[in-house]
Amino acid sequence: MTQESDQWPLWEVFVRGRRGLTHQHAGSLYAADAQMALENARDLYTRRQEGISIWVVPSNSITASSPTEDGSFFEPAADKVYRHPTFYPIPEGVENL
Amino acid sequence: MAMNSERETESRTPVAEDPLEQGFWDKIRDEIRIEPKDWMPDAYRKTLIRQIAQHAHSEIVGMQPEGNWITRAPTLERKIGLLAKVQDECGHGLYLYSAAETLGVSREELLTALHEGRMKYSSIFNYPTLSWADIGAIGWLVDGAAIVNQISLCRNSYGPYARAMVRICKEESFHQRQGFGIMLALAQGTEDQKAMSQDALDRWWWPTLMMFGPHDSESSHSEQSTAWKIKRQSNDELRQRFIDITVPQADHLGLTIPDPELKWNEADGHYHFGEIDWDEFWAVVKGGGPCRRQRIKTRVDAHEKGQWVRDAASAYARKHSSRQKAA
Repeated sequence: MTQESDQWPLWEVFVRGRRGLTHQHAGSLYAADAQMALENARDLYTRRQEGISIWVVPSNSITASSPTEDGSFFEPAADKVYRHPTFYPIPEGVENL
Repeated sequence: MAMNSERETESRTPVAEDPLEQGFWDKIRDEIRIEPKDWMPDAYRKTLIRQIAQHAHSEIVGMQPEGNWITRAPTLERKIGLLAKVQDECGHGLYLYSAAETLGVSREELLTALHEGRMKYSSIFNYPTLSWADIGAIGWLVDGAAIVNQISLCRNSYGPYARAMVRICKEESFHQRQGFGIMLALAQGTEDQKAMSQDALDRWWWPTLMMFGPHDSESSHSEQSTAWKIKRQSNDELRQRFIDITVPQADHLGLTIPDPELKWNEADGHYHFGEIDWDEFWAVVKGGGPCRRQRIKTRVDAHEKGQWVRDAASAYARKHSSRQKAA
């Protein structure tokens, strides 16, 4: 028998650690609404004080680049070595550059 | 004594006509993880769904034998430690259900299969916990065996399963230390306490060894799972590793492992041990464990009696969202 709870949306959980600067993906869970998702995420993914901030996002709000397109999707950046500081030689003796 | 199963696999990596299938085998060969949106053989998908879900079911059912002693833990410290462990097991079940669901199966399907007896869980949890010392024995031995198995699984080819294993391994080591700590306190306690801890070891030792499964020669799935790199080490290798690690721990406790043939072998650097009672093994795997019916009944009752919580959450969400729309 299918219950209403079988139709709950899936949420992705992102946690920022005590000393972290960014939220990291921790996992996912089903919940009826955002508040329930947040509380369950706290109980599931921060039992050992792993985080001081949690974001929950409905999974279908996330658009992700495709793993199989990895190469071609990101290709333009691969041959633009002039975007890196190391491409530009600095004469010896010049400082603070 | 150790099989070099990995080298054998490399020489057997197949060549496929279909470029998608070839891509799959190239990833397997090159230790690149297979991810949910990648092409994979149907049989690989089905095998993983079964294995990961049964692993998840084991975590949830495993909460029962230990939950049995929460109200009777001897001290407050032991009680909160046991509560935390059981809570962890629930979380582990969830990480694993999430991993299984990436393969295209729903939570409802998996739970229904468990409740209707169409999917299994680790038979070790069909044994009863008869004394407080059993909680120590389970933490030390059963979690110890699970750790050996799970460390190996951290290198399995399916990304979500491997990552779930890494997270679980981090949390599992507290479980084993907690169990060992209980055994130590009992083994160094009164004569009655020591006898209780020895009795628990006597009852849990062989079932723990059975957790690693049959000899690989008797296991129909081993060869395919090894080719797919789901299985990275043989059952016998993992069992041997567990024994080699655990015997010195038993010596430290001053307890006797119930195997008269157990003996250190200097020549190959392993503990040799007696033969497992394979009749008992197969009987239990086929559903003969003493608590099997009780475990399923308790699980089904918990699910059904919790329906009102799920209904309330759904009703609240509906009411809240229609209020927001009206505002």
